[in-house]
Amino acid sequence: MALTVEVVLEGIKEIVVEVAGIDASIIAMDKKFTDDLDVDSLSMVEVVVAAEERFGVKIPDDEVTKMATVGDAVNFIVANGK
Amino acid sequence: MSRRRVVVTGLGATTPLGGDVSSTWEALLAGKSGVRKLEDEWAQDFSVTFAARVAVEPSEVMERVEMRRLDRSEQFAMIASREAWKDAGAPDIDKERLGVVIASGIGGVITMLDQYDVLKEKGARFVSPHTVPMLMPNGPAANVGLELQARAGVHTPVSACASGAEAAGYALEMIRNNRADIVVTGGVEAAIHQLPMAGFASMKALSTRNDAPEKASRPYDKDRDGFVLGEGGGVLVFEELEHAKARGAKIYAEVMGQGLTSDGFHIAAPDPDGSGVTRAVKLALEDAGIPLSEIVHLNAHATSTPAGDVAEANALTKALGSDISHVAVSATKSMTGHLLGGAGAIESIFCVLAMYHHKAPPTINIENLDEAVTVDVVRDVPRDLPKGSIACLNDSFGFGGHNVVLVFRSYES
Repeated sequence: MALTVEVVLEGIKEIVVEVAGIDASIIAMDKKFTDDLDVDSLSMVEVVVAAEERFGVKIPDDEVTKMATVGDAVNFIVANGK
Repeated sequence: MSRRRVVVTGLGATTPLGGDVSSTWEALLAGKSGVRKLEDEWAQDFSVTFAARVAVEPSEVMERVEMRRLDRSEQFAMIASREAWKDAGAPDIDKERLGVVIASGIGGVITMLDQYDVLKEKGARFVSPHTVPMLMPNGPAANVGLELQARAGVHTPVSACASGAEAAGYALEMIRNNRADIVVTGGVEAAIHQLPMAGFASMKALSTRNDAPEKASRPYDKDRDGFVLGEGGGVLVFEELEHAKARGAKIYAEVMGQGLTSDGFHIAAPDPDGSGVTRAVKLALEDAGIPLSEIVHLNAHATSTPAGDVAEANALTKALGSDISHVAVSATKSMTGHLLGGAGAIESIFCVLAMYHHKAPPTINIENLDEAVTVDVVRDVPRDLPKGSIACLNDSFGFGGHNVVLVFRSYES
């Protein structure tokens, strides 16, 4: 399946629901992981590892520190995915 | 200035006998066993196929996301402390006067072993970032401290099977020394896993009565053959007496004193001379400053090992002299199994309830009392304790030669 924004966003939603246990309906491109979604620095590591496994993308640590919003993560994965 | 007095104003537990204090106490008085055959695959062809798992799985009372960030021992601590805090009336207190002292004997051993499997099977990148906060022995205390925002100090004494009792003693001193007005204290353990069980089995410490698990934990019985591993934990709210009175709190009992010694004898075996235990009892009674005639009950450490039970009973007799004759001794591990770092905590709860209800819980599974046991054991059914002011002892010992004795007394307003 091609890694479109829609596909990746759907996958990130599932991962964040699993990790942080929040309602999928509030997860959107402009939401901040820490402030809006209760994903702290430790949980962010879980999100990244799960996303790498799911989308077959390597997300370097210095990119992770730049990912403030869900959109930042989705766009990186779409741009760097196969 | 007179010494600050400490009382118990809240209780919480999750044990092999029940998911809370009232169900646990009811099962205890009814003489029920919490020991069962293990369903786990690894246990099926192991030398010991049973243990005392908690009666209520944490998943029945805890959200999935909270569970995955907490080791099983931490889950027990959260469940028990929430019940205890609520039972105490969720007191409104300056958080800088609130402390937490919760112990564990082994810490997050299940997390450590599960994550080691992840490391070997999938690689380092897949090891959970929650691994360290989940496996550290201070994790249960730290998580409870975070939830309650305790800022007077959060501590974790570690002394194997004496840990839970040592925590209570530490909490007592925190309030006496005016570091805190309320301390949430207890002990937890979650070590029912193949590796710790294999380790205890190698020491020949575990009962192997696989054909009758509920009969396996039999302190003071002639045919006792080792302890039964249990899991769970207990939490008590300790509070300075005037603080508790000022807010109209329910007072279960008073915490009168503690005695701490070490054997300097052997890493695992009890000192047959028992002098460390005798000294701890004497120190605790001195600290409590009450007449020996008031001591009417004792919750024994008695784990159902051939060497330990008799050595303990002899040491108690030596310490109390002729006053041992009016002490009703209960070995509740016959029903709960041995919760290691949680044992001293749940047994402190049993002592507190024994003082509150004037009732000593029974010891089950004694078919033939070992003749070497000369103390008065409460067998099969609970026993009423005298009315009026009464006191009891809770003794706990840990591998390493740690001896802890606590004294509780009924509270008359």
